[in-house]
Order: sequence, then structure tokens, then C-alpha cells
Amino acid sequence: MSAGTAVLRAPGFAGAHTGMLTQIGYLARRSITRTVRQPILFVPSLVFPLFLLAVNASGLSAATSLPDFPTDSYLSFALGLTFMQGALFATMGAGQSIAGDIQHGFFNRLQLTPLRGQALIAGQLAGVMIQGLVQGVAYLVVALAFGAHFEAGPAGVLVLFALSALVGLAFGSLGLAIGLRTGNGESVQGVFPLMFVLLFLSSGALPRDLIAADWFQAVATINPVSYLIEGFRSLFITGWDGEALGLAFVVALGVLVFGMWAATSALRGRMERT
Amino acid sequence: MTEINGSEADNGIEVEGLVKQFKNGPRAVDGIEIIVAPGEIYGFLGPNGAGKSTTVHMLTTLLPPTAGTARVGGYDIVTQGPDVRDEIGVALQEAALDQYLTAREHMRLQAGMHGIPKAEALRRGDELIARVGLSDAADRKVGSYSGGMRRRLDLALALVHGPRILFLDEPTTGLDVQSRTALWDEVARLSAEEGVTVFLTTQYLEEADSLADRVGIIDTGKIVAEGTPDSLKEEIGRPTVEAAPLEEGDLERMRSVLSRFGSLERADRGHVAVRLDEGSADLADVVRALDSESINVQDLEIHAPTLDDVFLAKTGRRLEGAAKEADEAGDTGELEAVPA
Repeated sequence: MSAGTAVLRAPGFAGAHTGMLTQIGYLARRSITRTVRQPILFVPSLVFPLFLLAVNASGLSAATSLPDFPTDSYLSFALGLTFMQGALFATMGAGQSIAGDIQHGFFNRLQLTPLRGQALIAGQLAGVMIQGLVQGVAYLVVALAFGAHFEAGPAGVLVLFALSALVGLAFGSLGLAIGLRTGNGESVQGVFPLMFVLLFLSSGALPRDLIAADWFQAVATINPVSYLIEGFRSLFITGWDGEALGLAFVVALGVLVFGMWAATSALRGRMERT
Repeated sequence: MTEINGSEADNGIEVEGLVKQFKNGPRAVDGIEIIVAPGEIYGFLGPNGAGKSTTVHMLTTLLPPTAGTARVGGYDIVTQGPDVRDEIGVALQEAALDQYLTAREHMRLQAGMHGIPKAEALRRGDELIARVGLSDAADRKVGSYSGGMRRRLDLALALVHGPRILFLDEPTTGLDVQSRTALWDEVARLSAEEGVTVFLTTQYLEEADSLADRVGIIDTGKIVAEGTPDSLKEEIGRPTVEAAPLEEGDLERMRSVLSRFGSLERADRGHVAVRLDEGSADLADVVRALDSESINVQDLEIHAPTLDDVFLAKTGRRLEGAAKEADEAGDTGELEAVPA
């Protein structure tokens, strides 16, 4: 270490606490910087949903010939599932990020500042939102390039991204809750397959009224993920479907409220500081 | 417990009957009492699993104590946590850095969270980065830093808000000699020139001996000895004289002569070692006795007692051995048990 003038003391800053929004700003900036500097994070969340989209679009295209199937393009129909899959990757990303901070001590570093818990949660979710946005753009561009329809037009794109961001935040907050509760990246990964069960027991592959098995139809009907998928899907195949979009936004908000409550509660348990 | 009075109390640490009992683990800290005077460097020495890190976590408000209390910078760690945190800088055992951020970005984040205005944060960040010798690497991601560079950045981050009390939890573990010495120099300077109180945990005898004004030795959650390094060594402390005869055949006669001056100790091959009953004062008599017996001396050394001797005297074990035992018992993660 170099010798030099004594400059380390900065009297006057003790107790000069930052406001909530300023803290969110600093933490969001960190979260976004981290996300952008790890392009590898985007690989699974882009590759797997698009791969599944390709498989479904080619393998299940015959489903469009079913009576009352709502579109003649299975690619357009299947995009709802793709956007939802992306949100689930956001869940894992958010959970692993906070679990990593706990495991490596960065969480303690933040706890030793005048950190507000809500700012930590909001800041962490900023990176998730950016990831969700990049994914959304990629899914849309790839799908349109391969001939998917987008019936809602240019204004619908904004709604698509708004819904995508909201769903990303909602599931990201669930991921945060799991990460905060377990404090362990592997545990977060362990929960991931369970989230996929929700995806597959939904109306992702077929419209609910065309699902033949009664039990499956019943499960898909009570599964909130179905309504999120149907909201995304409506923009591609229907245009402006107020009911589908309304239900999707309401369910996303509900998941967000639950996720924030769970994350806040887990954070309270995790932050033992006096 | 002695009270620290007046303005001095603002910069000191007083610990009274502090206990941490983990639900599924041992009583990690068992009723310790410590006073650290303002501007003092207090070395908290002990093997892995002794309770050092748990104590630091309690004193820095990260972990609520099960019983007892402490005042840090004049504030109660249980009821005035936010005030305590304003007064302290902390570098915990593992340099907690974000490998995807640069040193400058870390500084900006840490300063921002402490409410330091942006312009001032940038100025102080650059000054601190320069002080710890990281200016050339300030815009490199921390993921590419060596262990020593991480430690130095960790120290700089702990200082960004100008704390008056600094907690360093095993700051030099795993560092090379050069990095260790540089960090010692900076810690000593902070205390001497800026009056920063330093609470430093270590398992290195040399670190406690050379850096700390006073040392507390902790073992299985209890403080077993406390004082200046010299006073602790003097307390147990008679020096050992170790000698080797020029002629190997004189070894037994040398042993017989030296044993008059104290108790025989283990010595290197071809040497005799004795802990002197009367301390260093005996040394001249030892030399005269060997001379009068016509034993030619090839080598003669006097060893002052070390803090390891203090640890041995207080616990019946060597510090190095105690650390190994704790490692073998998997007892290195003091804070992994569930708090009660």
C-alpha cells in the first residue's frame, strides 16, 4: 500500500442515510451491471424456450386441425408458453443471485450499510426485468422471423413487454423469496423443476376447452400459469382480448403481491441484524 | 467492568457478559468481557472455531447475542444497531466482493449506500483505491483480482464512510507475506495517525504479537488470557535457553549443568534446552557454569516466550494444534449453526 497523506477519515457522513429510491437506484444499477456482464445467463433462458418452441411448432402443428382450435399457426399459439418459460428462468436467476450474495458474504456487506430491505428486493429485481426484456425481444424477433402472427399490432408489442416485465417481476420475486429462505444456489436450482410442473400442467400446449382429460382440464383451469400464457397468447392470435389480458395482468399482480410478501418475510428472517 | 468515560467512550468497545448459544450447536461465545480503548489495536487471537467470528458478528450487529451486551462507539449493539453500523467499518473473514463489478463500482455502491454525495463518493473512492495501491486495477472486474488485492479493496470499502472503529476478521488469512505486511502497515497507520480503533481477529501469533496493542486469547468461547503481548508472555514467562556443545560427547554433561538452572524442555538434536527458573538473569550464570565445567559451546540461544506458550499455559494445547483439532472436527464455520 502506498504511503500518502491521511485521507481516510470522512467525518460528517455517519448517519447521512440515503432514501429508499436512491438505494434502489444503486442496487438496481449493480443488478443490471451484473446481469449484462454475464451473457452466459441469457443462453439457457433463450435457447431452451426457443428450442421447445421449435419442437412444439413442428411436432404439434396438426393440433391446429382440431375443431375450434383458435388459430391456424401453432407457432403463434405456442409463443405464450415460450414467454412463460422465460419468466421461470427469471425466477431461477433472481433466486441464485441473492443466494450467491448470501453465500459469498455480499449480503452481509450490504447489511452493514443503512440498507432498507425493500430497496434490496426492488434493486435485485431490476436485473431480472432487464433479463426479461432482452428475452422478450429475442422471442418476438425469432418468432416473427419464422412466420408467427402478431395480431395486436405495434401497440400490442408494448403490452406484450409490459406483461412480460410484470410476469418476470412476479416470478423473480418468488425466486428471491426462495433464495432468501434457503441462502443456497443449489436449493434454488432444486425448486426449478417444480416450477416447470406448473408450466406443463397448464393450457400451454392446448386451449383449455380442447384438453380431453377431465383431470388435466381441471388442473389447467385452477393453475394460474394458464391465465398468464393465455394473456401472452391472445396478443399473438386474437389481437385485443380484454378478458384474457385482464386476467393475465390480475394473476401476474397477484403472484407479484404474493412473491413480494414471501420475499419480504424471508428477508426479515434472513436479516438478523439488530 | 471498567467504564470508558466521556468522549473516549465514543471510540471504544465495551463488551459485557456476551453469550451466543446456537440452537443446534455449541455455546460459541460464553460470557466474554472485553474493553478496547479508543485508538487501540485489539488482537483477538484463537484457533478456528474458538468464537472469534461469532463475536465479531455480534459486535457488528449482524447477529443478536443470546445474552449480555456490548457498546460499540458508545452505542448498544442490541438496541442501537443502526447507530453502531454508522460508526464501524467491517471487513469480514471472506472478502465479500462482487466479481462482476470493478473496484471503482464497488466504491460507488458502498459510498452511495452510506449516503455520501456522488461527487464526494467519487473523490473518496479514488483516494482510498490509491491508498491501497489499486489505482491501476480500479476499472478491472474484481473477478480477476488476486487474494491480496481483494483484501485491500475490502479494507478500502470498510473505510469509505470514515468509520472510527474498524473490525477486521482474519484479514490476512491466505495472503502472501508481502500483502500481509502491507495490510499490517496500513492498519497500524490508521490507528496511529487517525485514531481509528481496530478490533482484529487472527489465528496468527505473529500478527497479534506485532500489530496488537493488547491481545485477548479466546478458546472454546471463553477468554483465557488478556493483556499486552509482552505482559502475557511475562506472565507465564520464563525464557528458554538452548545450547549445543562443540563436542558431541559433552551433551550429557551440558544437560547436567543446564538442569541446575531450570526444567529441561524438548530441544533439537544435539541441543539441550532449559526453561530458566530465574528468567534472563540466569543467563550469565549459565555461561559461567558451562565455562567452569570446560564445556566448549558451539551454539547458545535464548528464546523469549511466545503467545503460543501463553496459549499452551492457559489451555494445555498449542494454538497450532488447537486449530488443527478444530479443522478435523469440521468446526471452522462458527456461524453455520442455527441461532437459538
